[in-house]
Amino acid sequence: MIATHDLRKTFKSRKGAVEAVAGVDLDVKKGEIFGFLGPNGAGKTTTLRMLSTLLPPTSGQATVAGFDLLHDSAKVRYEIGYVSQEGSSAPEIPGRTELVMQGRLYGMTKARAEQRAAELIAALELADCADRPTRTFSGGQKRRLDIGIGLMHLPQLLFLDEPTTGLDPQSRARMWDEVRKLRDIGTTVFLTTHYLEEADALCDRIAIIDHGKIVALGTPDALKRQVAGDVVVVGTDNASDRVLQLLRGESFVREATAGDGVVRLYVDRGETAMPQIIRALDAEGIVLSSLSLNRPSLDDVFLHQTGRSLRDAA
Amino acid sequence: MKLLKDTWLMFQRYLFVFLRNPAWVAIGVLQPVLYLVLFAPLLKSLTATPGFPTGGAYNVFVPGLLIQLGLFGASGVGFGLIAELRAGVIERFRVTPVSRFALLLGRALRDILTLVVQSLILLLLAIPFGLQPTVSGVFVMLGLVALIGLGMSSLAYAAALALKSEDSYAPLIFTLSLPLLLLSGVLLPLQLAPQWLQHIAQANPLSYAVTAARDVFNGHGSDPDVFKGLAIMAALAVVGVLIGARRFSRAIA
Ligand SMILES: Nc1ncnc2c1ncn2[C@@H]1O[C@H](COP(=O)(O)OP(=O)(O)OP(=O)(O)O)[C@@H](O)[C@H]1O
Ligand SMILES: [Mg+2]
Repeated sequence: MIATHDLRKTFKSRKGAVEAVAGVDLDVKKGEIFGFLGPNGAGKTTTLRMLSTLLPPTSGQATVAGFDLLHDSAKVRYEIGYVSQEGSSAPEIPGRTELVMQGRLYGMTKARAEQRAAELIAALELADCADRPTRTFSGGQKRRLDIGIGLMHLPQLLFLDEPTTGLDPQSRARMWDEVRKLRDIGTTVFLTTHYLEEADALCDRIAIIDHGKIVALGTPDALKRQVAGDVVVVGTDNASDRVLQLLRGESFVREATAGDGVVRLYVDRGETAMPQIIRALDAEGIVLSSLSLNRPSLDDVFLHQTGRSLRDAA
Repeated sequence: MKLLKDTWLMFQRYLFVFLRNPAWVAIGVLQPVLYLVLFAPLLKSLTATPGFPTGGAYNVFVPGLLIQLGLFGASGVGFGLIAELRAGVIERFRVTPVSRFALLLGRALRDILTLVVQSLILLLLAIPFGLQPTVSGVFVMLGLVALIGLGMSSLAYAAALALKSEDSYAPLIFTLSLPLLLLSGVLLPLQLAPQWLQHIAQANPLSYAVTAARDVFNGHGSDPDVFKGLAIMAALAVVGVLIGARRFSRAIA
């Protein structure tokens, strides 16, 4: 559905150049939910805007929905929907009018566009507000309308830029359901997020992006497996550095990082590592304040690849 | 056909937005009416001045006033576009297959319609003061206003897309529209101006529109200056539309 090769975008300004996307190779398959996970400024939006014909790449190639992005952008546009991070409706225009307008821009007849708008209003639970100007919508209603606008013409590929940012947990869960339904009818969804849970729970495959480069790509499970078996988090009172020094060299520790007052140890088998850790710290007289055994999260994957936590990087 | 259909869709959209707040029609007319009431009477005593065109103060002043209405009305249209840019509406349209010309023309046609309505209101209001319009004069006049509306609003949209913020757009149009106005002969006929000023005014396309408008209102409807004025405004409109449509199709980075 999407194939890119060495896609790049450099923004030039008086203050110098920003390499927002620094060589991205992607292969998104038909019918999957593909997630782009990365901290603020990683280049997610820039990549999406290039793939949706809004921004000409500085260099590189891409095929989107079967057409060359650069030479056949007009054809690409018929096949894709794009929901931007910022929103897309005019404050003075009623939601339903915006939906119908969008359908008509893709060549739907008025009757067809009205019918489709009604379907989406029902599916996205916008019936209460659809006929009011969007200025009066709540944040969540506006976000759902944006997504409705992107879905009006039943695109085979939908780009969603941070679809759930600003939604409460309930609306987020409902949005996930909507996205899954899209997959069920064969739509390919390419979404960005900086929520780990979202990438984990919703996406079939994810690419982790940082500083304009993809640092890891695969199914959430495969990525997590790649890091290590288990993560042991050791909390002490101000002794993180000493703990790190002490345990880094142990044979059962694959990798160790310190931050936020805790030390994270990547080990193959947590059950056997824990007693060894406790013994080692005890011998040095270091007092433990907490100790926990975790399955690796996508944050560990990010940490592993970049040396930073995604939560801090944001 | 797609161009026409898309333009029509866009036109409807912006007309809808405009009609939600019809007070803007009146606000746009208010300023020229103030000129009509508070400024035009001053000209009465000048009609005898050598060089002042014949035809009476109102038949000389009102045509210019309509050109001014076109200039000011069209140059302010970019504010709405900047608000749309900020709301993400333009980006949303640019992802769709909509014709890029239609993105411009739909809006500009709405602006033209507004200007034509405002012009008619102003003409009607000027009659009790002493304006004596002719049918052909009114038609040519509206044609000139429509062409100015198309050209100037297209340029205003291009500027708004390039600048993206009210903070830089507002100073730009204020600095540009004042000299354009002063050098067009709207307020006082350029025949009264010293030679050097007349020369500078020749570089201002709007001065030809003002000359043409005055001619048709004062019995010189078949004067070559009328065709010249219309032709120059048509050229302005074409250039404006090309620049504006180009901006709409370029990336909004
Ligand atoms: N028009 C622009 N001009 C200059 N720099 C830009 C422009 N757009 C984006 N950038 C820069 O490119 C980098 C990537 O931005 P981008 O919007 O793609 O990040 P993102 O991953 O979407 O982040 P977020 O999670 O905050 O939305 C940032 O450093 C940003 O400042
Ligand atoms: Mg972004």
